[in-house]
Amino acid sequence: MDFKFSDEQRMLEETVGRLVRDTYTFDARNKILDSEQGFSKEVWGQFAELGLLGVPFSEEAGGFNGGGPELMVVAEGFGRGLVVEPYLATVVLCGTLIDGLGNDQQKEQLIPAIIGGETRLALALHEAAGRYNHTHVDTSAKKEGDGYVINGEKAVVLHGDSADQLVVIARTGGDTAARDGLSAFLVDASADGVTRKGYGTIDGLRAAEITFSNVKVPADALLGEEGSAIDALENSLDLGLIALCAEATGAMEVACDQTLEYIKERQQFGVPIGKFQALQHRMVEMRMELEKARSITMLAACSLDVKPELRKKRISAAKAQIGKSGRKIAEEAIQLFGGMGMMEETAVSHYAKRIVMIDHWLGDREYHLTRLEQLIDVSDHEE
Amino acid sequence: MDINYTPEERAFRDEVRAFLRDKLPAEISRKVKEHKRLGKEDMVRWMRILNDQGWMALHWPKQYGGTGWSPIQKHIFEEECAEAGTPSVLPFGVSMVAPVIIKFGTQEQKDYYLPRILNTDDWWCQGYSEPGAGSDLAGLKTRAVREGDHYIVNGQKTWTTLGQHADMIFCLVRTDPEAKKQEGISFLLIDMNTPGITVRPLITLDGEHEVNEVFFDDVKVPVENLVGEENKGWTCAKYLLTFERTGIAGVGASKAALAHLKQVAREQQVDGKPLIEEPHFLARLADVEMELMSLEMTNLRTVAAAEAGGVPGAESSFLKIMGTELRQEITDLFRRAAGPHALPFLPEELAGDFEGPYVGPEFSASVASRYFNFRKLSIFGGSNEIQKNIIAKAILGL
Repeated sequence: MDFKFSDEQRMLEETVGRLVRDTYTFDARNKILDSEQGFSKEVWGQFAELGLLGVPFSEEAGGFNGGGPELMVVAEGFGRGLVVEPYLATVVLCGTLIDGLGNDQQKEQLIPAIIGGETRLALALHEAAGRYNHTHVDTSAKKEGDGYVINGEKAVVLHGDSADQLVVIARTGGDTAARDGLSAFLVDASADGVTRKGYGTIDGLRAAEITFSNVKVPADALLGEEGSAIDALENSLDLGLIALCAEATGAMEVACDQTLEYIKERQQFGVPIGKFQALQHRMVEMRMELEKARSITMLAACSLDVKPELRKKRISAAKAQIGKSGRKIAEEAIQLFGGMGMMEETAVSHYAKRIVMIDHWLGDREYHLTRLEQLIDVSDHEE
Repeated sequence: MDINYTPEERAFRDEVRAFLRDKLPAEISRKVKEHKRLGKEDMVRWMRILNDQGWMALHWPKQYGGTGWSPIQKHIFEEECAEAGTPSVLPFGVSMVAPVIIKFGTQEQKDYYLPRILNTDDWWCQGYSEPGAGSDLAGLKTRAVREGDHYIVNGQKTWTTLGQHADMIFCLVRTDPEAKKQEGISFLLIDMNTPGITVRPLITLDGEHEVNEVFFDDVKVPVENLVGEENKGWTCAKYLLTFERTGIAGVGASKAALAHLKQVAREQQVDGKPLIEEPHFLARLADVEMELMSLEMTNLRTVAAAEAGGVPGAESSFLKIMGTELRQEITDLFRRAAGPHALPFLPEELAGDFEGPYVGPEFSASVASRYFNFRKLSIFGGSNEIQKNIIAKAILGL
């Protein structure tokens, strides 16, 4: 058992840390938020230059060959800076899905372009009626001639507004919530019949409602075998969950640090408010939640190779814990900052928003606790 | 980064499992697993089995008969013991007074006491708390006045756990009433058979006799029973409080309790359906499972840091708070699992030799008492509020 980072992991941590510290200041981020696209192509280019866009891909493909811990290291660093660039959508969700499902030609065409920062993608998966359930897919893809015709609506597609290409999960068979019959298609975001309504989210990201109306795609737009996207999709979602947990942990760490600093400085009744025991204990509880979040994120990140049920259980436990601990930390951070915590100009309010709203991406606390309930008998006990 | 055990750690775990399978008496583990009352003889028997194996003193240096185990090995051992259902090792001798003797004691004290502690020749208890000195331990008033070769001790200690069985007590006593609070305290070892000592039982809210009051009335204690320097007892006390305690999170105990709880919840029926399918109960069970996974990893991180040479100081305060809150939560779920049969209060059902019939399901006999008994977890060993004060000061710099 060893919790120390390897040299590569430490290097990755330093690279992301330096980037976030030096260029992703609070003011710089605010400028990015105000821009039309809602993220910075310049920063994206830096990610590419530093090799960050290649973290989960094989070395043959030009990547870093990173696993769960490497993804965790990068996402945690992003969380510290509240990075808004479409890393999760492009690299983690779509990139690994293409890597998992695509044929050689598709991969050769797309993976280097992702690693090089030339293309950005979004995963058009969730639908309003299914909320967080990724198998609830009514969007259909019907065979027509040599290709397919896609019809349906996707809700709150992360970075769906700015992506060049969409990976669309559509049903080629099976009933609405069936695991079988799900297929993944690569669709040009500007294709005829694709309508995107883009918007900002309250946690500083961008998303879109996307309608597919008789969108015709060629047969080679299909990634993998028809109707069998589920395993690769769930693998990519697991990676996405690990990244979200780690990002939340990074953000929680900064929220705790900023709050601690604030209560040491802020004077009331002639003393720093951090002298008051009522606030000290709340601060301690925040830090305790941070430790839990960090621990279970490590557990999830190191569980990609355990038996599938245990992996699923641990990842859901992690996301549920993030939801619980995150809410506590975010609410307490605002409370301890008092009126200043309510202000847009105070950085901690942005951390609080991101931490709380991460619960709404890829399944909230209740959703993942329900999955955990179904796996309550899965044991990690080794005989 | 690798959260899995190495082959060597696995081999060690197998060795521990084999030992527990061969040497842990079935009737003792049955009592532990069924939450029956354990007698002094059960505990002594188990501690002597451990000593025969050389596994009594996890934390001592090897030269004194300790295991020399790494923090991870200690963690594995404690976890396997909890799963197998061993009695707890009485901490007062081996984990509390012994480290102080090793660090501050004379050669004569080491030679005399350490082997006796290893073999449980003496049953030790702790004389720290007083009616007026709980969390504010340094406020203690028990007086020791030097007269020739002896100290004359007068005063009262309280919350003395299992003191009714004790042969020896280690005490914090005030030797200089003029000095500042922490500075006039000394660390004394006192034979419980000395004239002038009276032990009175304190019955706790679950009807059990676990703690006592100990009164000292002109008790003569030889000066050679002083550990460390006179008036430097607070140094010993502080050392003891920060002494490495890998088991403080109680992960093994919580895991064993949760496994038992799940088994009970599968067996108990609610309107013809297993309790474990009842949505509200299941939701709480899942939350506990999640929290336990977080706690276990936090504990392992601390253990691994200790392995790498770091000393878990105030970090163990986090583990104490998280661990005790979780253990209390599990006892609350047990109480709920018993339903109306949490109510019948029949202490005789907790006797090791009780053969039934039970009024309710067998597991339910102990659940409410244990729930109330376990309120102590967030109070003793430095209340959880004191732990928060420690973290606020030592880690957060507040």
